[in-house]
Amino acid sequence: MGKEKTNKNSPDKGTLGESRESEDLKTTEAINKHEEQVPADAPEPSATVVAQKQGMFGSSLGNDTSGYGGLNQPVLFPPASQRPYGGYFDEIVDFLAAGVSDFDAAVPKVVVDRGDLTLHVSPQHLREVAMVMRDDANLRFEMCLGVSGVNYPELVGEELHAVYHFASITHNMRRVRLELSCSDDHAVLPSIVDVYPAIDWHERETYDMFGIVFEGHPGLTRILMPDDWPGHPQRKDYPLGGIPVEYKGASIPAPDQRRSYS
Amino acid sequence: MSTETQANQDLFGDDETAGAVFNAAGGDWDQITEDIAAVGEERIVVNMGPQHPSTHGVLRLILELDGETVREARAGIGYLHTGIEKNMEFRTWVQGTTFATRMDYLTPIFNEAVYCLGIEKLLGIDVPERASDIRVLMMELNRIGSHLIALGTGGMELGATTVMTTCFRERERVLRFFEATTGLRMNHAYIRPGGVAQDIPEGGLEMLEKELADLKGGLRELELLLNENPVLKARTVDVGYLSLAGCMALGITGPILRSTGLPHDLRKSEPYCTYEKYDFEVKTRDDMDAYGRIRIRIDEMWESIKISEQAIAFLRESEGQPVMVEDKNIAWPAQLSIGADGQGNSLDHIREIMGTSMESLIYHFKLVTEGFRVPPGQVYSAIESPKGELGVHLVSDGGTRPFRAHFRDPSFHNLQAASVLSEGGLVADVIVAVASIDPVMGGVDR
Repeated sequence: MGKEKTNKNSPDKGTLGESRESEDLKTTEAINKHEEQVPADAPEPSATVVAQKQGMFGSSLGNDTSGYGGLNQPVLFPPASQRPYGGYFDEIVDFLAAGVSDFDAAVPKVVVDRGDLTLHVSPQHLREVAMVMRDDANLRFEMCLGVSGVNYPELVGEELHAVYHFASITHNMRRVRLELSCSDDHAVLPSIVDVYPAIDWHERETYDMFGIVFEGHPGLTRILMPDDWPGHPQRKDYPLGGIPVEYKGASIPAPDQRRSYS
Repeated sequence: MSTETQANQDLFGDDETAGAVFNAAGGDWDQITEDIAAVGEERIVVNMGPQHPSTHGVLRLILELDGETVREARAGIGYLHTGIEKNMEFRTWVQGTTFATRMDYLTPIFNEAVYCLGIEKLLGIDVPERASDIRVLMMELNRIGSHLIALGTGGMELGATTVMTTCFRERERVLRFFEATTGLRMNHAYIRPGGVAQDIPEGGLEMLEKELADLKGGLRELELLLNENPVLKARTVDVGYLSLAGCMALGITGPILRSTGLPHDLRKSEPYCTYEKYDFEVKTRDDMDAYGRIRIRIDEMWESIKISEQAIAFLRESEGQPVMVEDKNIAWPAQLSIGADGQGNSLDHIREIMGTSMESLIYHFKLVTEGFRVPPGQVYSAIESPKGELGVHLVSDGGTRPFRAHFRDPSFHNLQAASVLSEGGLVADVIVAVASIDPVMGGVDR
């Protein structure tokens, strides 16, 4: 009896399932079309768009099953801040403006976000800014805590960012962050090893991981990866997979090829 | 015969003369010394490591020797690079704690703490005070554990195995408490964004107090063994000298900086995790050498015990208060408990999500698989790890995974001083100098 039931019901179920699937397809197509027609929300003029996010569940493999696959949202980074910046930040900017010859060109953008001060510095002025930060008694940032790279593949012309952190022990742990950018095609930034010897290995690491060439570094070689390693692993276009593990008659997908959500 | 001589062979294929190369892989050392003597060259380049037992993991030291004197020393790193930062970009913010904790495996709690402080800064949330107190307690105990390893392995490298056995024995006390609280002796993933994974278990504080009392005895024993030990002093006094100017130029932090007399400690100068309410001293000395760093580490352990005892008192007062933020969009849903078969999700929680509340199940599933979203932006946060300033630079693109996570590991930074500390000294002092940095390659290479 049970058998008969399943036999009877299964074809019905099958057709039901099929029709649902096709309906689903139609609706997602419609949504996608709709989304294409409506432009993405225009960002606030001052906020920096660093990327566009698509879909809601945001799978990097494009198999968003949430039904919001057509959703298109800009990733907005905090905009440039206006004075007063608050706390000791105004003072730092003032002293820096007094010490650096062409401050507006050297620091085109100041961002205060989440209690951190970020100065966007143009690469040709980095060395001058660093010198002033180190030597000016009112600033006295003795500690350069290293440089970290960030790769924004969608920021055309400034795909690679180098982010420096400084701290001043003299002035009771004041901190400031410098951010520089360069393009993928010409990934060159000035080195400040002779100003802050402490940043030696950090620049080598950022070169190793992102391929940013720090001009003037006394020995810019790979530091973590082997000397003959092809590519720069921390770039976004570099897969996580690495060297595939081989088994007899089977293979495992690279970690970034497995299930993923963003 | 496992040694071989390849005199004047061009190993690298370029036209430069590589000089005589001697490979020592066990076998007869007399043969090597004879061969070297035959070449008649006083300056030789020695590769120490990358698997030398006294190099704190897989550190490679390239030494240019003139007789017994080190003319140039270079550190080669990267042998333990595991791509932790890259991996974190492919996992949720919470899963990142399990990666971060494995960086410097002797200071797992600090790695988790700085990473979670960074996320909390990005999210703009404050954690409950009890969670901060637990973090302080765990960090200070971890500081004791890390310093004990620094002294223990340092002593072992000098041939003093008693120091090692004493230190490891005392460290066990800390690890027992860690195991009782987090379930693991290391790589805990105990500190989570928004608080800690679970409260201190019942009877945990009493157990800790007992262990701390014993630990004090052990530390005293260690002090009696080390402080005025003529052999130790002969090996460490004036060895690995680095002045304040040198520390500033190289950006050195931690015990090395404090051994020059500068009381720089982020716990005091930039308090985090409510360190401002704890009463402790920043220990300094003005020896500027390996001996001073040993003494500073011992003194800091006493301070850590002091802080731990205050933390225990605070935790007694705040018994029953939450250890995780209330926001259920961030707080990890599983309430852990210890059952007959070890630690796992609490039965009450399982009963709720499987039996009574569909919504709880959905939230649990969403939070565990997809994770929470963090508003776009970047932060830097730093804490005082046993080795110096441990910083994290986190960038979020508004997703459920870090867009970029970078760790400023103090070992990575301080190891740059290996050349300065050992050049001009003897080969035997290289070991002492490197041990006084206390680098852990898991953190250096990440």
